[in-house]
Amino acid sequence: MTSALSWVLAVNPVPWARAQMAFTLGFHIILVPLGVAWGAITLIANYRAIKKNDKDALVLAQRWSKYMAVTFAVGAVTGTVLSFEFGLLWPRFMGRFGDAFGIPFAIEGLFFFLEAIFLAVYIYGWKRLKPWPHFWTGVPIVIAGIGGTVSVVAANAWMNEPAGFTLNSAGKIVDVDPWGVIFNKAMPLQTLHMLIAAYLVGGFLVASVYAWGMLRGRRDRYHRIGFLIPFTVAAIAMPFQMLVGDELARWVYNNEPVKFAAIEMVPKTSSDVPETLFGHLNDEGEVEGGIAIPGLASILSDPSEGTSTVIQGLDAFPEDERPTNAEVNVVHLAWDVMVGLGTFLFLLALWYAASWVFRRRMPTSKLFLLLAAASGVLSVLTLEAGWVVTEVGRQPWIVRNHMLVEEAATANTGVWITFFAVLLVYAGLGVTVILVLRLMSRRWREGDEDPESGGPYGPRPTPARELVP
Amino acid sequence: MSDVVALILMVGITAYALFGGADFGAGFWDLTAGGPERGRQPRAVISHSIGPVWEANHVWLIFCLVVLWTAFSEAFASITLTLFVPLSIAALGIVFRGSAFAFRKEVTRTSSQRNFGAAFAASSVIVPFCMGAVAGAIASGRVPAGGKAGDPWGSWINPTSMLGGVLAVTVCAYLAAVYMVWDARRLGHPAMAEYFRRRAVVAAVVAGVVALAGIFVLHADAVYVFHGLTSRALPLVIISALCGLGSLVLLTRESNAGARVLAMGAVATVVLGWGVAQYPYILPTSLELSTAAAPDATLWSVVIVFVIAAVVILPSLGLLYYLDQRDLLAAPVVEPGTTDDD
Repeated sequence: MTSALSWVLAVNPVPWARAQMAFTLGFHIILVPLGVAWGAITLIANYRAIKKNDKDALVLAQRWSKYMAVTFAVGAVTGTVLSFEFGLLWPRFMGRFGDAFGIPFAIEGLFFFLEAIFLAVYIYGWKRLKPWPHFWTGVPIVIAGIGGTVSVVAANAWMNEPAGFTLNSAGKIVDVDPWGVIFNKAMPLQTLHMLIAAYLVGGFLVASVYAWGMLRGRRDRYHRIGFLIPFTVAAIAMPFQMLVGDELARWVYNNEPVKFAAIEMVPKTSSDVPETLFGHLNDEGEVEGGIAIPGLASILSDPSEGTSTVIQGLDAFPEDERPTNAEVNVVHLAWDVMVGLGTFLFLLALWYAASWVFRRRMPTSKLFLLLAAASGVLSVLTLEAGWVVTEVGRQPWIVRNHMLVEEAATANTGVWITFFAVLLVYAGLGVTVILVLRLMSRRWREGDEDPESGGPYGPRPTPARELVP
Repeated sequence: MSDVVALILMVGITAYALFGGADFGAGFWDLTAGGPERGRQPRAVISHSIGPVWEANHVWLIFCLVVLWTAFSEAFASITLTLFVPLSIAALGIVFRGSAFAFRKEVTRTSSQRNFGAAFAASSVIVPFCMGAVAGAIASGRVPAGGKAGDPWGSWINPTSMLGGVLAVTVCAYLAAVYMVWDARRLGHPAMAEYFRRRAVVAAVVAGVVALAGIFVLHADAVYVFHGLTSRALPLVIISALCGLGSLVLLTRESNAGARVLAMGAVATVVLGWGVAQYPYILPTSLELSTAAAPDATLWSVVIVFVIAAVVILPSLGLLYYLDQRDLLAAPVVEPGTTDDD
């Protein structure tokens, strides 16, 4: 026992804590867009169903709400794990900064409550509530999704741009300004960026399923509407995301120069900095490989100054206050992936819009459907890449310029065990979610509607007939 | 000010115990309902009973965590630092419980239903046990303040923690059984109502015995809380005992509405009694509430959020329970074991 214990004690918890947090967050973030945006997409279908007496839209809205019941449950429990992990993995961070960092979460708690309550009413209300009251019970889900996203991302933005607190000489928070915490400088653009991202991913992800169905020959009205509603939501959001993303990048240039140097992979401060696509920093910290577009990084950072815009390089910051070279490579690659895939999705949205403008119908070519079917997974990758940029780009800080990740971590040396436990459980969970969703879809396709969903808005049947012995 | 927020925290813990606890308890009865055929009907009642409400009830846990880490961050850090093991188990247990329950409703094959059902039911017992053990660790003063970790094992494997764990499981089972007598009757199923009524009586007796035995455990192992319970928290302890006895009497007389109210009263007063007994400490006897408390502006934020919750969330919850109790929320479920497609 003692020798086993001492072996366990020898493992440094910091890398494992980082890995576990990154993994659980990376998993949860896929479910977020479904919780945030799918409700709105479903309500659009629901609205159409009632207003135009559209049977296909009604079936879609019903089925989407049932899928949502599954993804929301998984999102709720994986979100709970994150709440535990704040303490389990980063107790010293929470102990010192919980007084400030916690405030946006208190507000998020309200929205989570609202979402859980009305999602239950909406999902379970199909049968016995009247159409319009039932529709309206879905509206708080949309509001809560937006409010929840804004609150959580405000907390994350605070880690990038900590504000709204006063420390005493011992480093303990003695005074807090809640507005300063919530509306920190990074909050407006970062929350907007994530909120639109949620609608993009939600839209592309749902639409991709129906694009796939159409490719498989199911080109009926049901599949077309199932594609049109979510894809249109994503296509409308796409140009706004390009604008917000561009604005945010410039904001990072002005306010988080270290992160920006990592994003653009700039080792030395200079003007006329090229935009390097791909490539990496070698052991000497020099850029190697990749395609350099002369001057473009400088031009994009401040168009009014053009190529004479100076970008601070990594060398402008002490080595222990900036990401390591390996981390810079991760940030830069993630950035390229995000921008590249984002641009691809933007072009796809343009194609879709052009077809509507010139031909008054959606594009139906095999190529478009193939790309649209891929857009779901690609948009998830884009989202993950963007999240990697902001998180890895902040290293080595957990609270920028105030606390290092290393200072925040737990002293519990058993974290590597929980990491593997979590990895195992979540791998199983991920596979099971997909299998269950596919099973539901196949069951419905084979015409096996479950007994309770037969006739929506119908009269109240005898309660729980399946209980009658 | 810190006392006000502590009270809000107690309200959250009580609500979680009364509503979230009952959902865990339902899992306990699911676990003990027997094979697929024998357990079909009780499991159907359980699914109906917690289906629409468990996620909303679960949010009380998030509420408690958020209030704790925002208002008493040092206590949160100390608790999570020392009680790493039971809290990690609880977190994973919550993942199993919630997702397995959601999956079980959507699969049709009996074997899949059984597997998801087993994951749901087993974790429904493990999670409250861990939570009870955590409460016991705090109550018995095994969580030190000041950034030092206590014993990673002894802190939660000890008499008071075991008492807390067993008490939590039995109390959850008791609450769930009492609620489900009501639900089964509402669903027009007197045989199931009788089924759960008998279980409610047994659970009430067991919970009472555990609580009684607990007095001796606390006397030996958690001195500060024991003194609190026998002095300033004594009225709450007495009310709890009376409520428990009263609900038992009403259960045997088949007066369900009253039994339900008294059962809730019995559990609520136990939780509140624990809070009053360890006052003014949040971690007896190393950290006082006022020392752990965040700056006033933060505490005010928590109070304001709580007031908004009272104005917006409570009526919403009321609406949910109202629709649920009026049977306006039809569970879109395929009942366990009713179809078998292979």
